[in-house]
Amino acid sequence: MKRHLLSTADLSREDALLILDTAEQLAQVSGRSIKKLPTLRGRTVVNLFFEDSTRTRISFEAAAKRLSADVINFSAKGSSVSKGESLKDTALTLQAMGADAVVIRHGASGAPHRLAAWVDGSVVNAGDGTHEHPTQALLDAFTMRRRLGELDGRRVTIVGDVLHSRVARSNVHLLHTLGAEVTLVAPPTLLPVAMDDWPCEVSYDFDAVLPKTDVVMMLRVQHERMNASYFPSAREYSRRYGLDPERMGRMPDGAIVMHPGPMNRGMEIAAEVADGERSTIVEQVTNGVTVRMAVLYLLLSGSEPAIGGNQ
Amino acid sequence: MIYLLRGARVLGGDPRDVLLRDGLVAEAGAPGEVDAPGATRVDADGLIALPGLVDLHTHLREPGREDAETVESGTAAAALGGFTAVHAMANTSPVADTAGVVEQVWRLGQAAGHCDVQPVGAVTAGLAGRQLAELGAMADSAARVRVFSDDGVCVSDAVLMRRALEYVKAFDGVVAQHAQEPRLTEGAQMNEGAVSGRLGLTGWPAVAEEAIIARDCLLAAHVGSRLHVCHVSTAGSVEIIRWAKSKGWNVTAEVTPHHLLLTDARAESSPAGPYNPIYKVNPPLRTDADVQALREALADGTIDCVATDHAPHPVEDKETEWPAAAMGMIGLETALSVVQEAMVETGLLDWAGVADRMSARPARIGRLSGHGRPLEAGAPANLTLVDPSARSAVDPHGFASKSRNTPYVGMTLPGRVVATFLRGRPTVFEGKLT
Repeated sequence: MKRHLLSTADLSREDALLILDTAEQLAQVSGRSIKKLPTLRGRTVVNLFFEDSTRTRISFEAAAKRLSADVINFSAKGSSVSKGESLKDTALTLQAMGADAVVIRHGASGAPHRLAAWVDGSVVNAGDGTHEHPTQALLDAFTMRRRLGELDGRRVTIVGDVLHSRVARSNVHLLHTLGAEVTLVAPPTLLPVAMDDWPCEVSYDFDAVLPKTDVVMMLRVQHERMNASYFPSAREYSRRYGLDPERMGRMPDGAIVMHPGPMNRGMEIAAEVADGERSTIVEQVTNGVTVRMAVLYLLLSGSEPAIGGNQ
Repeated sequence: MIYLLRGARVLGGDPRDVLLRDGLVAEAGAPGEVDAPGATRVDADGLIALPGLVDLHTHLREPGREDAETVESGTAAAALGGFTAVHAMANTSPVADTAGVVEQVWRLGQAAGHCDVQPVGAVTAGLAGRQLAELGAMADSAARVRVFSDDGVCVSDAVLMRRALEYVKAFDGVVAQHAQEPRLTEGAQMNEGAVSGRLGLTGWPAVAEEAIIARDCLLAAHVGSRLHVCHVSTAGSVEIIRWAKSKGWNVTAEVTPHHLLLTDARAESSPAGPYNPIYKVNPPLRTDADVQALREALADGTIDCVATDHAPHPVEDKETEWPAAAMGMIGLETALSVVQEAMVETGLLDWAGVADRMSARPARIGRLSGHGRPLEAGAPANLTLVDPSARSAVDPHGFASKSRNTPYVGMTLPGRVVATFLRGRPTVFEGKLT
């Protein structure tokens, strides 16, 4: 039995397809004027956010509320956490309050795995350090599937700060599971040193990969990386690894552009590209709510959760 | 008190009777040949007698962190592990960087009486890496400090390291370096490699250790001094030390039990689940290839000795998310079992080799004349009796250490310390503290 969603590596192909198919059904709800289902009435979902991420938090909040769950937002700022309470004590507090699911965003890689050992409810990883962000990858896959159909054999290029990206890790696992061919593109400084066992290709040359891709996913690159000498300047990064209209012109017809947000316009992505027809960036946000509804639904409805890692 | 150990296999050899009297090994001979009226007879049939183990690298935490360990509890753990002498690391609070602090630690050891406590002095004042601590005063103190280390922090400034190496020559001291290039390891959480990449934890690259070791070997050669390398963890470090020794330079090195047995795979997959910081340690657990290289280096003598780097931490400093957890693991009570598992049962070392690497050589590096001596008539009666046929699951609740952060919990390991004698007096008898 599986209880948590900690990593996309824990998802079988059947699990992943079940989430995407469920999301497809739930998407119809989002199109209605009354966007609410009674499915999780009486269940409590806690959003436990140790990092500021309004986008992800409100997406989970909307998802839980549309399923009629009670939602408690627990922000680390202004709480006992900022007074030095440990993650374990926070977990025990939530446990005592009867949380059925805890959605956790934390700056430490692996924090959701630790939390899962201390609570009885389901744990959903909403982004842990530089490790994973499983629901982002699921919403990305959902978005690709809606635009391009099934993902088997689709070529996906993920560009940017792979070393520090939880989005990249989750996408590599999930897309591989779904049969897509993934290529990671980054300057060598922004890739892990040992990647031989990653189920993907790696390239330093964006332009060489561009003509052979169905999806280009641009990752956010923080300006601060430049101060740690990961690259010389924002301009040089942008020239070599940014997606501008000229580069986009070399993509095959029908290829799409994705970004998990928040974007640095003018850095990794030009405004014209972000706002262009090939861009799915706004759809990704919409789909985020739908996919998170599917995850919460499958973990919490019924007596036996249907997806995720059993840890 | 007089003890007659009957049928003990000294260094794993044929059974002998060993008589301990007046703090010395009085006599050793074939079974039945040693006569000792009034002696307490100890049936040592099947037990191996080793010279009392000597640890060059122990964190006793006192003064300052008595919640994690005290000299009393840490030395009790040492005795139960077969040790008769431990070197107490300097990163206490206050730091052991003055004669006053090292004498305090030394006296606490004497008062506890479980084993000899030989304080290590800090190389730099406050471990701050800016100016030398009063090394001579510590050497001349009652504690007679000979090993100096900023362990936990690397003496990364090349000039300061050079001066320290030069200065300690005046009193036959040795600088024990924690080799960690600081800029290459900012925020480092675990070995940089395939596992760190997958887990998204900041890497601690092997080169950060190897670059400092190479530099320090060259410095030690240049000024003609003694260098000791703490907790060697990589295959590359082994190669550099082997090269330095081949030049005839005065370089010695230690390896911890955990680096002989565990790898970074534990961070990803273990009975305790992924990201369990019980496996977080500095230097980090490395790869299988490193473990193999370290075992071979210990076997061929490139690495001189095993040192525990016993690092107690209270529960709350380990029951956290990985990056927030303290680095280190306890090791005194499991060291000999781990060495038996990794070195003896693999055929890499015999028991004479274990005695050399865990007693004779560390005693020589630390200049402890009363320890690490062959178990022959006239030697101080510092020894331990080990049952090599015992096997048991590691249960930290039975430990004397105040802390429980052992990475071996639940693992079945061979060997059991039955008795430990410090100058003829049992500190451990029938597996229990006396």
